[in-house]
Amino acid sequence: MALRSTDILSQTPQGLYCPLGDFHIDPIRPVKRALITHGHSDHARSGHRSVLATRETLRIMGARYGEDFADGTQEAALGESLRLGDVTVRFTPAGHVLGSAQITIEAGGTRVVVSGDYKRAEDPTCLPYEVVPCDVFITEATFGLPVFRHPDTRGEVRKLMDSVALFPERTHIVGAYALGKAQRVMALLREEGYDRPIYLHGAMERLTELYKSEGIPLGETPKVAASERSKLAGAIVICPPSSIQDLWSRKFPDPVTCFASGWMRVRARARQKGVELPLVISDHSDWDDLCRTIRETGAGEVWVTHGQEDALVHWCTTHGIRARPLHMLGYGDEGEVEEAPQGGEA
Amino acid sequence: MNRFAALLDRLAYEPRRNAKLRLIMDYFRHTPDPERGYALAAMTNALMFKEAKPGLIRGLVEERTDPELFRMSYHYVGDLAETVALIWPAPGHESVAPASGGMPAIGHNNPPPHVPTLTEVVETLATTSKSDLPAKVAGWLDALDETGRWALLKLITRELRVGVSARLAKTAVAQLGGMEPDDVELIWHGLEAPYEDLFAWVEGRGPKPESGNPAPFRPPMLSHPLEEEDFEKLDAADFLAEWKWDGIRLQAVSGHDSHGRPVRRIYSRTGEDVSRAFPDLVEALAFDGSIDGELLIVREGRVQSFNVLQQRLNRKTVTPKLVAEFPAHLRVYDILTEGDEDLRDRPFTERRRRLEALVARLGDPRIDLSPMVPFETWEDLAAARADPASVGAGLDAEAIEGCMIKRADSPYLPGRPKGYWYKWKRDPYLVDAVMMYGQRGHGKRSSFYSDYTFGVWRDGPNGEELVPVGKAYHGFTDEELVKLDRYVRNHTVNRFGPVREVEYGKDRGLVLEVAFEGLQRSTRHKSGVAMRFPRINRIRWDKPPAEADRIEALEKILERGEKEVHPLKDREA
Repeated sequence: MALRSTDILSQTPQGLYCPLGDFHIDPIRPVKRALITHGHSDHARSGHRSVLATRETLRIMGARYGEDFADGTQEAALGESLRLGDVTVRFTPAGHVLGSAQITIEAGGTRVVVSGDYKRAEDPTCLPYEVVPCDVFITEATFGLPVFRHPDTRGEVRKLMDSVALFPERTHIVGAYALGKAQRVMALLREEGYDRPIYLHGAMERLTELYKSEGIPLGETPKVAASERSKLAGAIVICPPSSIQDLWSRKFPDPVTCFASGWMRVRARARQKGVELPLVISDHSDWDDLCRTIRETGAGEVWVTHGQEDALVHWCTTHGIRARPLHMLGYGDEGEVEEAPQGGEA
Repeated sequence: MNRFAALLDRLAYEPRRNAKLRLIMDYFRHTPDPERGYALAAMTNALMFKEAKPGLIRGLVEERTDPELFRMSYHYVGDLAETVALIWPAPGHESVAPASGGMPAIGHNNPPPHVPTLTEVVETLATTSKSDLPAKVAGWLDALDETGRWALLKLITRELRVGVSARLAKTAVAQLGGMEPDDVELIWHGLEAPYEDLFAWVEGRGPKPESGNPAPFRPPMLSHPLEEEDFEKLDAADFLAEWKWDGIRLQAVSGHDSHGRPVRRIYSRTGEDVSRAFPDLVEALAFDGSIDGELLIVREGRVQSFNVLQQRLNRKTVTPKLVAEFPAHLRVYDILTEGDEDLRDRPFTERRRRLEALVARLGDPRIDLSPMVPFETWEDLAAARADPASVGAGLDAEAIEGCMIKRADSPYLPGRPKGYWYKWKRDPYLVDAVMMYGQRGHGKRSSFYSDYTFGVWRDGPNGEELVPVGKAYHGFTDEELVKLDRYVRNHTVNRFGPVREVEYGKDRGLVLEVAFEGLQRSTRHKSGVAMRFPRINRIRWDKPPAEADRIEALEKILERGEKEVHPLKDREA
């Protein structure tokens, strides 16, 4: 007889826990053994005894926390099964950021997939999402409301380039999360033919170099020197979201405040942040992709970790899929996560 | 429609007034009549559609989306037009459709999707019958993109919320021809959309449109709040003082049309013609001129509380019974014009004399003068403000919410000029209460938990308990809002749709110092009291909830108010 899903995975104060394999997934507090889906700081924290993650995620954690971020690390090769205690685990691309993976746990004929954060939209900086058929699908719901339908990302990038052409005397300051979003915006700009230097805030540098060393072409990305800020009329500058409104950004010539985020879909959000040019670019699935993905996994049961759980649970229920919200704390609550140092994203 | 939508979209994200002005002027310059005229009408809130109402939009979206998903989305976005614009499903789209029940066949009875012009939208909305309207609007929504849908729905809900006042839009028109906004304001009430004669005039292609309105609205003069440090800079000898009445600011204008018939109008401070709501007051405007004053309800010579006034304001139809029960009264404090004479450039003292003479000639008990408050020094005035009854306010003292301080030589200037008029409000009441619920805000604060219900202690069946006494959603800074929002999220114990219950008790919870202007008894509230203008005065992160106030503190304020405001209450009962 198949095991019950709760025997394979349960909720603990540290996060999701697999009793049969004795490990946690993306724990929010230090644990003995952690499996990490991706490098954003609300999922990948330091201080665990051992960490199992993709090579890229381990590199990202090392870059953020120092090489001693865990006592021991183990690299998970994508697509390969590993035995942990009484379960088998497998990492599969999640399409979220460089190195991001879903984690499949199998035991006694039952298969549970923990998606971590994921998206289905195009991203030149990471491997695309792969559907893993399963019995229980554990999904995020950051943009789990039908008002969130992300537009074509290239159209958004062109909006930025059009604005640069229209206001050649102004600097375009683009707020973007330091891991993933920033590099995706740069890569898309390059693919759309933007070949001038893209200037970086200091906080963007290390992870951008890491992306480049993984073979992702981002072109020339000099760091903005304090002294030359006033000379960057007509340039594109990428900085953390927290910097778009602070003193740092005011030194640029008549800056146009841009913000690349799925939240920019809602006008009030953009206005609250004083954004003049909202760019709806998200590393999460929009509503349609959340629904599509749930269907494609064929899962009979869905758990929703964080975000707009209620709406997605409602959709599952009305479409004959059992579902429950986990109300997990510690992951960006409704995406208000930029307080987290270099943190989560959206 | 797309051009207009693009204008609204840019305005929505543009914080700077001058840049907004440029955008609007640019639109007016490059958009032909009558399209731009309808845009001006939309920005000045001059469009009114009899059948196209928010209910129509709700009806349409309910047919195509799951009601639960729509409700959650609306709570999140906090704006009906935007929610519908974002959620509107393409034909056959399944992830938002109701689980049962089919989609209406799109385009079945309609012409193929076609992006309408603004003119077409406005004219169609004004003329289409109620039964044909849903199909028409649905067809447009299918044809437009998200921004276009948003703009269309904003038109229908009549709340653009793009940070453009009617005044700013009129300023943009005026500046097309290098004119002052008041030049437009003065003829505005005689004009109608799409304003082709107005554009022709400002662009020098036509004559000045006849005002057609012998009783036009003139923008009122507004005051600045008085700050403590202002006293050092201001010489008491240069100023005069009046009471600040807790009523509604009105402008009453009376003139004659070309046939010599009297035309009398009452305007709100934003220029809305509210004459129909106050027939009893219109009747009393037997003068030729324009006066500025406060609407109050006066019974047996006594000014009633704002709560009483509200009972008259909230009625849709004005019946003789309502008029008898809530007689409207105008307490005047300034005069703008008399006959053909514009008095606005005269000093306040001169206008005051003219006003006194006019009121004396009228001799109507429904219109009286706001008395001057005598004082020599700022200390005198502080004492008067603290106790209005002591300087002759008598029984009306509780309807006074502070003092107005005006320079004796002040001209009457539209807007809020610096240095002439100050308001010095009475200190608010304060109470320490405990946060009980947080609710998501709307508009600018959408998706922040920005509305807080708070309670005070009372004796319950199981010992002391918190009873909610009010709800506040302002008084804090943006930074404090972020902290309060996070507090609500991190201390949630229950969720009810857009509302979260937070933890509260003797040793857990957050104390809010709440300021308010007054209290009234209420059967709608569990505690039996309702607050007027409650706002968060301070967040007491430091204060243990057990030390928050008890209901008796409010009862005391209530009793005091009732004793002074309703001495006739016993007789009425």
